[in-house]
Amino acid sequence: MLELDVRKRLREFTFEMQLSLERGVTVVVGPSGSGKTTLLRLIAGLERPDSGHIVLDGRTLFDEHTFIPPHRRDVGYVFQEYALFPHLDVAANVGYGLRARHVSAADRSERVERMLDRLEIAQLAHARVTEISGGQRQRVALARALIIEPRILLLDEPLSALDPSTRVRVRGELRDILDRVGVPTLLVTHDEDDRAAFPLRSLSIA
Amino acid sequence: MTRAAVAILAAVLLAFIVIPLAGLVGHLGPNELAAITSPSALLALRLSFMTTLIALAVTLVLGTPLAYILARADFPGRKIVDALVDLPIVIPPAVAGLALLLVFGRNGTFGPFLRSMGITLSFTTAAVVMAQVFVSSPFYVRAARGGLAQVDRQLEAASLTLGMGPLRTFAFVTIPLAAPSLLGGALLCWARALGEFGATIMFAGNLAGVSQTLPLAVYLNLESGNLPVATALSVALIFVSLIVISLVRLAEHRR
Repeated sequence: MLELDVRKRLREFTFEMQLSLERGVTVVVGPSGSGKTTLLRLIAGLERPDSGHIVLDGRTLFDEHTFIPPHRRDVGYVFQEYALFPHLDVAANVGYGLRARHVSAADRSERVERMLDRLEIAQLAHARVTEISGGQRQRVALARALIIEPRILLLDEPLSALDPSTRVRVRGELRDILDRVGVPTLLVTHDEDDRAAFPLRSLSIA
Repeated sequence: MTRAAVAILAAVLLAFIVIPLAGLVGHLGPNELAAITSPSALLALRLSFMTTLIALAVTLVLGTPLAYILARADFPGRKIVDALVDLPIVIPPAVAGLALLLVFGRNGTFGPFLRSMGITLSFTTAAVVMAQVFVSSPFYVRAARGGLAQVDRQLEAASLTLGMGPLRTFAFVTIPLAAPSLLGGALLCWARALGEFGATIMFAGNLAGVSQTLPLAVYLNLESGNLPVATALSVALIFVSLIVISLVRLAEHRR
């Protein structure tokens, strides 16, 4: 579970947030410029709060004495435009976090295969990430984030990069995948329809 | 009418560049082909390849961090540093050579200190490398700076969250994505080092086997009336330049 209480000065205003997050999907809805991405970047360690604390599963990621760098946080991050590595194929993208953890090549390809199966994109293993559709790209980004068995999954506007006609379908698929994997998830969006898809827990920020 | 004038003016400059080079290549005969395997030519060839490769290695090791800082960091005076890096491109090489001599030469600023350490730099092979790094490194740093600035920061962030530390992220994400620019810059830098003349002759002299690189050998052989050797080495340099330009274009195309 995630315990967070942070303040950070941004250009326009001071971002402040308290959040306590357990299992399931929590949706944070707010207009652009309200600090949604900042919230995720603070949790991932890509930015440093001015003050406060972040505790994930009993491990302090940030307080006045501590700053765990992003590569040691075990946080799964799905970026807004997915940020897939264009110089690597789908399988290498998904296996990247295992390579970071020095998992042997044989183990790696087995686990990548299993993850691709699980997200029903096994046929894309050797495709270039620039040649697949938006919905497929999202699945690759999810697979890449989930394979490191993150303690929390962060989704930044996971549907905004898609055109409206596929958005509804992918939203449904995303909900099913997140239900299945059961990783605590924080999803930020400006889209009220995203909130409606995950009716259990949501909050708004100004 | 205007179109014809434009075409003619353009053709004049193109011809002005191509005709002398073609003429030089046209001079190639049996004498020249024999001359290229003469001991003095081979000595210059060897020295040039050795020194330019060392100069390139030095530039890669020191120039990549500099390019990275210029591409990413924001600090007071960044624009000044940026301009300073490009300065050797426009400074006359002879001026660069004199500057190196006045600082690193026997009687230069650091002369007494270097002597006390038992180091002599001027008129050695090390001086050749220093002159080459001085004039050629900007070509790499410029290209690398541009390439590194274009790498999507989000991809580096993704790499970090997936567990790769900053150094491995640089090696596995930043470098591969900037590779075409890094490669193009390295090629241009190497070619510029290979053609280096003015700073070398000022700071390193013109000693066979020590500081007589290909361009200096061309000059010396011309002066001493040995035109076949000068021609042969020149054609070799033109040939290498052609290859480098083609490879740079290829690298740019990949980007």
